Amino acid sequence: MRIALFVTCLADTLFPEAARATVRLLERLGHQVAFPEEQTCCGQMHVNTGYPDDALRLVRRHVRAFAPYDVVVAPSGSCVGSVRHQHAMVARRAGDERLAGRAEEVARHTYELSELLVDVLGVTDVGAYYPHRVTYHPTCHSLRMLRVGDRPLRLLREVRGLDLVELPQAEQCCGFGGTFAVKNADTSTAMLADKMRHVLATRADVCTAGDASCLMHIGGGLSRLRAGVRTVHLAEILASTEAGRSGDPTGRTTEGVAR
Amino acid sequence: MIARDVTLARLRAALAAAPPTPVRHRPGHRRQGELPPGDPELVDLLAERLTDYRAQVYRATGAAVADTVAGILAAEGATAVVVPPGLPADWRPGGIEVVVDDDLSADRLAELDAVVTAAAVAVAETGTIVLDAAADQGRRIISLLPDRHVCVVRPEQVVATVPEALARLTPGHPLTWISGPSATSDIELNRVEGVHGPRRLHVVLTDG
Amino acid sequence: MTETFLGLPATAPPGVGHLRGDEPFPVAARRALADPQLRRNLRHATGTIRAKSSAVISEVPDWPELRAAGRAIKSDTMARLPELLEQLEAAVTAAGGTVHWATDAVEANRIVTDLVRATGADRVMKVKSMATQEIGLNEALEAAGIEPVETDLAELIVQLGRDRPSHILVPAIHRNRAEIREVFLREMPGVDPALTDEPAALAAAARRHLRATFLSTKVAVSGANFAVAETGTLAVVESEGNGRMCLTLPETLITVMGIEKVIPTWDDLGVFLQLLPRASTGERMNPYTSMWTGVTPGDGPQQVHLVLLDNGRSAVLADEVGRQVLHCIRCSACLNVCPVYERTGGHAYGSVYPGPIGAVLSPQLTGVADNASLPYASSLCGACFDACPVMIDIPSVLVHLRARHVAERRAAHRMPSAEAVAMAAAAYTMDHPRLYAAAQRAAGLGRIAGRALPPPLNGWTASRDMPAAPPQTFRQWWSERRRDDRP
Ligand code: SF4
Repeated sequence: MRIALFVTCLADTLFPEAARATVRLLERLGHQVAFPEEQTCCGQMHVNTGYPDDALRLVRRHVRAFAPYDVVVAPSGSCVGSVRHQHAMVARRAGDERLAGRAEEVARHTYELSELLVDVLGVTDVGAYYPHRVTYHPTCHSLRMLRVGDRPLRLLREVRGLDLVELPQAEQCCGFGGTFAVKNADTSTAMLADKMRHVLATRADVCTAGDASCLMHIGGGLSRLRAGVRTVHLAEILASTEAGRSGDPTGRTTEGVAR
Repeated sequence: MIARDVTLARLRAALAAAPPTPVRHRPGHRRQGELPPGDPELVDLLAERLTDYRAQVYRATGAAVADTVAGILAAEGATAVVVPPGLPADWRPGGIEVVVDDDLSADRLAELDAVVTAAAVAVAETGTIVLDAAADQGRRIISLLPDRHVCVVRPEQVVATVPEALARLTPGHPLTWISGPSATSDIELNRVEGVHGPRRLHVVLTDG
Repeated sequence: MTETFLGLPATAPPGVGHLRGDEPFPVAARRALADPQLRRNLRHATGTIRAKSSAVISEVPDWPELRAAGRAIKSDTMARLPELLEQLEAAVTAAGGTVHWATDAVEANRIVTDLVRATGADRVMKVKSMATQEIGLNEALEAAGIEPVETDLAELIVQLGRDRPSHILVPAIHRNRAEIREVFLREMPGVDPALTDEPAALAAAARRHLRATFLSTKVAVSGANFAVAETGTLAVVESEGNGRMCLTLPETLITVMGIEKVIPTWDDLGVFLQLLPRASTGERMNPYTSMWTGVTPGDGPQQVHLVLLDNGRSAVLADEVGRQVLHCIRCSACLNVCPVYERTGGHAYGSVYPGPIGAVLSPQLTGVADNASLPYASSLCGACFDACPVMIDIPSVLVHLRARHVAERRAAHRMPSAEAVAMAAAAYTMDHPRLYAAAQRAAGLGRIAGRALPPPLNGWTASRDMPAAPPQTFRQWWSERRRDDRP
């Protein structure tokens, strides 16, 4: 199957390993990955901060970039949520019904990684190997906007060597919320503190999730604590095989970079 | 009259500015339970749910209601009980001063230890008894001021769901829905029984 | 020059009532976050209610259908609000009640004060009601020499402690049992000095304290949870029996109700009486629900008044996206699941409506400018939407109100805000892939300076490390890989 990668601006710029892992994983499963280069950002930050008018041009660009593809995947629940729940709304607000229709069409073919694997490709065992104690944080947008449910857990349970431990109060928000973390930094920090407390209580080596943004938030807090717990994107775990730590010939991983 | 016209004009203007799509179709919901009114299993469920919210539940044959009520009142140490004028005569307890409500004053009612009433309908799933101020239940005040409420429920009055209960009630009557004794969740959000209403609720389930 | 047309939707007037806070949310939140006792009390209380509520909701086989029905009934109500209010008025009047209309808090306070004065009473007893808190009725009554007595336990705790309510359902949620005991010992006349902090003992103390008030007060003021247009029936949902006392014992009953509380039919009650208690206190049914229709001769108050309150609701109705907030049945489920509310408590929201519902209701009632920080007081996690028994899409309304705030600011100022400039620039850059690639490289370079961001983003790095910049963006990797792949 030919699958277009919607990399998201955050992964492109700061967490390319999550995107590279997505590519390697899909290729390993026998699929062809395309990367439409005119893509940039879905505009979620603009919409959520109160600037839907500025987001309009980004929606237009996104629709143009992805309209030619039958299947689009993003390693981010949050950005897929924006495509599904915000793009048409942004277009309609601006009175562009045609764009809204096209955005809805693109949204219908856009999947978060775990959705693509389980629902479209029909796999839960992706042949991964990851010998670590791992806990999974279901990010708010994956959980409540996309309703990915237990798909990520089903994928993780099939990973060889992986010791999956349940995160207490997993469904509570980590406190990121985009500009919320800046405008309400104190409240965001209080939420993060509780999330970190729960992560540490699992005694996991790795905290994973389907959203680089939340992982950046949680990982940034854990790093400040020198807690010794790493955050790793779900795609990187699923891309890892016995042959290479992350199936990457160069052996480089996100945590490798961060060290 | 001005405020009325202004308010209505504002609301009409608000709707005209962005006309809402009319709601043509209302999604359905469950109106009836699986069991018909009065089914013994339904009565059991009512008993269980009442007990769960700290009401005391008793079973009595139709003929034994008066004795059961008398026993409850004696165990409570009650000495004077008020009853509505239409309470079936064979439900009146013996061995205790029975005062029939005849526009008694609030102060007088507050001195009485207990009240005995019938009910209009009971909802099994929620453990609720509804009073509709009919002659066998009386004015709302009589089941409010005495500290103990004894309520007698007949099996055919027991329905499964809230919608079934509403369908049996007459909107114009003053209604009191009672689910357990007076309680509050205001202290640390835990349910604590016994605030302003009757602190003890006894429900006698008859067999006919 | 602005001119207010009487017949146009209007926001709630300033200077009366409790819809506006004194300081922005982040400032108030910061203080609240520093109070460890408050944090403990809130965590305990909201955790308790969440567990209770989800247990009784899981018993209901048709919960999703009930929620959808609740939403549909409320949408239908709002679409026909003027007609339904007229129908309600006619039904209440036919049943012997008197209906009054109040365009705002000032009028409502005057109507109630005049009604109380006409009875000659100098004291009223009150059943907890958000509408009367919203309009500041207690202050208005006091100014007129009338003593309002709150009879709900939590309201009593707040009133005796000269405190402010912090939750719609449990206004004293920020107090634990030990603190409540202290308030009672200090403020309750004739209280037993041996009072313990057992909840049952505290409840009993309130019972003794209010008994004489119930028996001797001639006027009561209540709110209403529902008003049935078809029949003129009003309903109050409560727990303690103070509601029954106030609705049954006095000679005069005055009910103040927001106009959005009307529902079309008697049958509709069947939906809301199932949704409200389970979402609210986590009970299958609350201990007491009272329903009355005008005056019943010989039973209960013989003078029955209903005050229909606008106070900004028409302005909410005018907003196509925001009007769904009028569907709210004030269950407080959204507060109990909100990670922000759980940490800051209700006072930080300034208005009497705290939590997620407050963040979408208060700015609409007052105009966004008067509560500008509230739409941002959310991480948009969506827990409120899932919990709401009438399916109000709170996150979408929050985002919509942020856009309204930005647009209003833009219209009011000639200079765009720094944020607006940055947002426009970011959108422009991201719409030009070359600029975008250059910005990506700069982002990598920018962090050579360390793991902290410059203002205004330093709030984030105050407690978190920025990730180290990767040596290569994905885009660079992809194009190199493609080059390498070329035969
Ligand atoms: S918004 Fe929904 S959840 Fe929140 S109080 Fe209102 S009805 Fe309840």
